[in-house]
This record gives sequence, structure tokens and C-alpha cells, in this order.
Amino acid sequence: MLKQNRNWTDNPILSVEHLTMRFGGLVAIDDLSFDVGRGDITALIGPNGAGKTTVFNCVTGFYKPTEGRIALRRDQHATDEALHELTRSGRQYSETDKGSIFLLERMTDFRITEVAGVARTFQNIRLFGGMTVLENLLVAQHNKLMRASGLTIGGLLGLPGYRRAADAAKDTAIEWLRRVDLLDRADDPAADLPYGAQRRLEIVRALCTDPVLLCLDEPAAGLNPRESTELNTLLKYIRDEHGVSVLLIEHDMGVVMEISDHIIVLDYGKKISDGTAAAVRSDPKVIAAYLGVDDEEVDDVERDLNVKTGHDATAGGSL
Amino acid sequence: MAETNFPTATAYPEGAERLSEEQREAMRGEPPFAEAPPTDSRLVRALKEAGITAGLIAVLTVFFFAFKTDIAAGGLALTADPIQWIVWIAIAFVGRFVLSYLVFANDKPTVGGWKKITAATAGWPVGKVIGAILLLVALTLPFLLSTFLPSQNRYLLDLSILILTYVMLGWGLNIVVGLAGLLDLGYVAFYAVGAYSFALLATNFDLGFWVCLPMAGLFAALWGVMLGFPVLRLRGDYLAIVTLAFGEIIRVVLLNWANFTGGPNGILGIPKPTLFGLEFNRGAGSFSDFFGIPYSPIQRFIFLYYIILALALLTNFVTMRMRKLPVGRAWEALREDEIACRSLGINTVNVKLTAFATGAMFGGFAGSFFATRQGFISPESFTFIESAIILAIVVLGGLGSQLGVVIASVVMIGGIELLRNLTGLQAIFGAGFDPTEYRMLIFGLAMVLIMVWKPRGLVSTRSPSAIYKAKKKIGADLVAQGEGH
Ligand SMILES: Nc1ncnc2c1ncn2[C@@H]1O[C@H](COP(=O)(O)OP(=O)(O)OP(=O)(O)O)[C@@H](O)[C@H]1O
Ligand SMILES: [Mg+2]
Repeated sequence: MLKQNRNWTDNPILSVEHLTMRFGGLVAIDDLSFDVGRGDITALIGPNGAGKTTVFNCVTGFYKPTEGRIALRRDQHATDEALHELTRSGRQYSETDKGSIFLLERMTDFRITEVAGVARTFQNIRLFGGMTVLENLLVAQHNKLMRASGLTIGGLLGLPGYRRAADAAKDTAIEWLRRVDLLDRADDPAADLPYGAQRRLEIVRALCTDPVLLCLDEPAAGLNPRESTELNTLLKYIRDEHGVSVLLIEHDMGVVMEISDHIIVLDYGKKISDGTAAAVRSDPKVIAAYLGVDDEEVDDVERDLNVKTGHDATAGGSL
Repeated sequence: MAETNFPTATAYPEGAERLSEEQREAMRGEPPFAEAPPTDSRLVRALKEAGITAGLIAVLTVFFFAFKTDIAAGGLALTADPIQWIVWIAIAFVGRFVLSYLVFANDKPTVGGWKKITAATAGWPVGKVIGAILLLVALTLPFLLSTFLPSQNRYLLDLSILILTYVMLGWGLNIVVGLAGLLDLGYVAFYAVGAYSFALLATNFDLGFWVCLPMAGLFAALWGVMLGFPVLRLRGDYLAIVTLAFGEIIRVVLLNWANFTGGPNGILGIPKPTLFGLEFNRGAGSFSDFFGIPYSPIQRFIFLYYIILALALLTNFVTMRMRKLPVGRAWEALREDEIACRSLGINTVNVKLTAFATGAMFGGFAGSFFATRQGFISPESFTFIESAIILAIVVLGGLGSQLGVVIASVVMIGGIELLRNLTGLQAIFGAGFDPTEYRMLIFGLAMVLIMVWKPRGLVSTRSPSAIYKAKKKIGADLVAQGEGH
């Protein structure tokens, strides 16, 4: 575990601290803390019902967490002191030249996307099915266009400022469609697309909101091997060329292990492992969680694993 | 695994992938086993069907047509009348044969001709052509009526004004229900607010129609926002019920707040609109006096007609324009998926409020027009049935379709009027039949039939608001209907 690899502790974009989410008696997330590194692809994995989607819903404001702080630092210069000050002040966010910080647990869902710059996709794809592919991407640029249309008045009168903004928005949309190979379907209703294309469309729609952090809930679910390879390429492109940090939930270990800079493993709402792909892969707790072994048996498993350490590196890939 | 490579396509991962994809592709298309084509030729099949029909008719009608009982001395006399029976069987046979052979047969049916026409015109903007024709007719209607139907001129003009009022209301409600997908059962409230705002402003402050019109619209929009706030969190049925209640509350308040609204007596003496200060009556300073033409009461009707036409066209223009703006697109996105909207940073509260306010504003305009046309308003004009009719127009026309609303208004309002005059039905149901009593029943039946035939309304396609290369219509099956449908 080399020090320079731990980008998420040195330069986090998102810091989740002591996050707890209760639904009545059910504790879906239990005192969870983790960091997401700026410019990293971070994977959140865990067995079914571990609470991964709930974490997403807390980060994107769809649920109000029972306890905990979720801080988003839009740029590097935001200091811990500034974060403390903001937390005490009771405000939702502070935007200064020293760096802007957003306390996501205090903000409502749409403000998180609009102001803080966090975009997301859903486990069950949520496209605007009756609208065309192009329209889907234009809706995503709503806030930008709304300002340009002078809250509709300028748009109604057809002022040149709005027309320029509308053309620019269309160009952005077309650029993204070209990137994910959907340009020839631009005028088709989104519901008519095959499943893999819908996934890609949902991702670029989220990207059209100009996020700094993109949260993807099982983007590779239901994709064939070729499509998930394309997805890997797309995610790397987003990270490298657009500087967007990516947080993703994924069950497909092929995707996770190949592209993630950082993996966080959840089980029953608790973090059981946190580190690079190689570190997590060989963590006996993770293996135990995935194989459904009881906590007491973990030690046994660990002992077993230590015996066959040589096997570990190859077996981990197909977790 | 790595050492055992078979030289088959499936052993290479890529080949296997391709194969599975090809299989999927194949599954997506036509089912591989098509049904065996029917062996009978079209003629034989048609003859068979005609034979069956004729047989059924023969059995069913044998007692009605083949035998006849007459009162004769000492009882009944049975006379056989096979000719009539055979004639009816022949009619059934021929009728069924013609239908089967020419219409129902699927290898070359007559409807094929119609399909060919639709296919040939698929590239054309059919909706635009119909819209342009309707617009032309609407613009010249007063002259058409006075030249071709001078005897019924006034009645028909009045009816056209009524239809146009409903077109405008339908277009207004279409924003809320059709575009934003929020089921509003209390739209008449805004119509009432518009009418009463205008009436009260005009009678209390002596203001004219043109000054009050925008104010009435603004008041109605304000009420739209006021209604919007409490119902924002409601979904589906709850939204429908609260809006329904809101419509009733407004009416009950108007009824009971007697010293402000006049209560059940309503408001009398609402001023008529003027054309730049020219009134439409006899005497000096009137329209006819100014232009030196003889006075005729029809002039005022024509003027009113053009006012409501202009208002309706304004509604349409603004709506069509807004659909292509971010607000309009957000309305439709809201109808499709509210949660996805919020995940894209759209303030759905504002989006809903703008939809309510815009729809309410046009309702308010229509309301003040109604007040000035009638010269008298009372709470009785704003009952739930109005909301229901307007909603029926929107649903019948096809949610979100502007042209559909026009067609549905003409069919519904014109239809109700037409049924009032259907004295011809007395020939069938006897002299005691009063068509006005049954018109709602007949009308309801007609609506049920239309909805069975076209469940998503008369115009059930959506045209996209932004185009990359080619404009493609979107079928109604893909378009969501929003809350409460
Ligand atoms: N709104 C809610 N109300 C009550 N319980 C909830 C709610 N949302 C999630 N839960 C519960 O919280 C737990 C975690 O659910 P969550 O959807 O976060 O799991 P997940 O890790 O995303 O699982 P999967 O891999 O199947 O998507 C589950 O037991 C679930 O039943
Ligand atoms: Mg989940």
C-alpha cells in the first residue's frame, strides 16, 4: 500500500463521514466513512442489499441521511478549516476564491446537481422514453438554457442570446452522442433504443449537466461483454479528458477490477474494505462477504487463504 | 483454460460474443417460424364467410320474415312468406361477401388504397396541412357563413364562438395535463377567476375589456400558483381530487360571498368589448356610424368571433413556442419522469408552478372573454361539468396535441349542439322522443366508442421539440402520460 497511490486521502473530492441511514428499525447504512479521490474512478461494491444504492441516494440528496456529513470540495484548495467553519455556520455551501465546499446532506436533490455538480444515473434506467435521444440531452442542459432564455421571456421573443445558447446546447449534445455512437439514433425516441444504448444515453445525459462527480448505479448491468468493454473505455475517457471523478456501483468484477483506482466494499451497511483493486481483491473479509461466510468464520477463511496465498492473485479476478 | 484452444468460433471469446449477439439480433426481428399462409383463395374465403353469415341470418330471422301470423276468423292464420326471408338472406350474403372480399381480405384489401395514400403522404406534414386549412377556414368563417348560410348566420357564428372558447380552454388545459402530465380536474376554477376578475374590475372601476383582459389573466395565473403550492407534493389520484375540490371551493365561495360577487344572482351589466373605443351598437360614436355602414347586430358577433380567434391563436402560438423552450421541454420531461428531472438539476416545483400558472392564465383570458360575451355571469356557469368537458376535449384530442384539441372541440361542442337538433331521430324512436333529453347519453356513447377505437386520443403522436436530422413522429405507446392516468 504505497503512500502516493492514496489519492483519495490526499485530495478527496467527496468525503462521507459517519453516514448513517435508518429506515424505521432497519439500519441500511451504519456509520460509514469513505473518501472519493479527485479524478479517480471509485467503485462501491458489495452483495445485494448492502446499502450501495442508499449511499448514492444520500449523496445525491434523494434521501436525507439520519446522521453524518457528506462534503463535496469542488476544487483542491478547500481546506479542512473552511469545512469546519461551514459545518458550524449552518449554511449549505460556501463559494469563495479559497475554494467552494458543499454540504450535500443539507441540500435538496436538484440543487446538488445544479449547484454542487453531482450527477447520477439509476439502477433501473430512467430515461424520458417518449422524448427523442437529442431531447433527453437538451433537458439535461435545462438550467443553462433557462438562464440563457431569460426565464423564458427572451426565448419567447427569440432573442439572439438564447438562440446562440440553444445552438451551443445542441452541439454539446451532438458531440456526446457521437462519442457514445448514438448519433444516428438522435431523432429516435429513447424508449426505442436497445438496453445497452439506453445505459450509455443515461450516462451522457448525466454528463450534460456538467458535473464534477458522476455517480453511476450499476452501469454495466445487462450489458454484453463487448458493451462493457466499451463502457470501460467511456469511463476512462470521462475521467481523463473531462476531469470528472466517477463513483460507481458495480457487480461486474471485470469492469470493477479493470478500471477502478479505488474500491470500497460494503456489507450490511458497513464498510468492510477500502483500498486499491489489488488490496481489496486479496482481502479475506471481502471474499467472506461474497461467499456468504459468517463473521466468526472469517478468521478461519483468513487462515485458509494464507495457506493458498499463491492462488489468490489469479482467483481474485473472478470474485 | 488457456491451453485448451479449439479452432471453433465459439472458443474465441470474440466469436462467441458475435454469435450470441447475432442470435439476439435474430430474436429481435420476425419470429423464425411464420404461420403457414391460409390455403383458401380470397374469393373462396369470402364466399365461405358470406355463406356462414347467410346461414346465421336464415336461422335467426326464420320466424320474423318467413312466417307471418294474421288475425283471421276463429283465431290466427299462419301464412308463409319465403320471398321476404330469402331477400333478407341474400342481402346478408351479398353484404358480407362484399365486405370480406373487398375490405377485410388482407392480401389486397380496399383499405390498402388508403394505406397507400397515407404511405405516400407520410413525408408530408399532414398535421400542418390540416392545421393550415383549419386556420384559413377559421379566418374567413364569418364571410363564408354570411355568403353560404345567411339564414343561420347568427346561430352558427355563436356556435363557432362557443367552440373557439373551448378550443382555447382545451389548449390551456393541454399545457397542464397534456404537456406537464398533471391531472387537473378543477380547471374551471381559473375560468371562473378570469371571468369574475374581469366582471368585478369592469363593473367596479369602470375599466374596459382590453385593460381588464391582461389583469384577469394575471389574477388567474396567480390562482394557478396558489393552487400549485399545496398540490405540488401530491401524485396521481390525490392531485386529481385536490384540484377537483379546488374547483368546487371557488364556485362555492363565489356563491356565498354575496356582497362581493353577487352570490347566486351573479354580476350583471358587464361591458361589451370595443374596437379602439368604437362600440357595437346603434347611434353616434358606434362602429357602424364611424365607418358609415348600416348597423347590423351581426357585426358584434363577428367582432367577438375575431377576438376569441385571436386569443385562441395567441394561446396556441405561445404554447408551441414554449414547447421548444427549456420550460416546455421540462414540462414534458416532468410528465415522462419526475425523479430523472430532479437528478438533472431541474427544480420540479418551479416547473409545475409554471405549468399551472401558464395554463391558468389562458383559462383566465377565456373566462374574461366569456364574461364579456355573455354580459352576465353567475356561479352556475362554472360547475364541474365544464371542467369535465374541457378535460374530455383534451383527452379525446390526444394528450399534448394541439390539432387534436381543435378536432375534439368541434366534435364535442358541435356534436352536443347537433344532437339538440336531431329531430330526425323521432322517426325511429317515435314522436315522443326528445333528442335533448338523450343527447348526453348519445354523446357519452360516442365518446366511449371513440376511446375504444383510439384509446390515446384522435391525434396520438408526439412530434419532437428538437431535431437533429429528420423529424420522426413518436408513437403514443412510448409517451408517458404523467400523474394520475
Ligand atoms: N426507501 C427505503 N425504505 C425502506 N428500506 C429501504 C429503502 N431503501 C432501501 N432500503 C433497504 O435498505 C437496504 C439496502 O438497500 P440498497 O438498495 O441500498 O441495496 P443495494 O446495495 O443497492 O443492493 P443491490 O445490489 O441489490 O442494488 C435494503 O435492505 C433495502 O431493503
Ligand atoms: Mg442498488
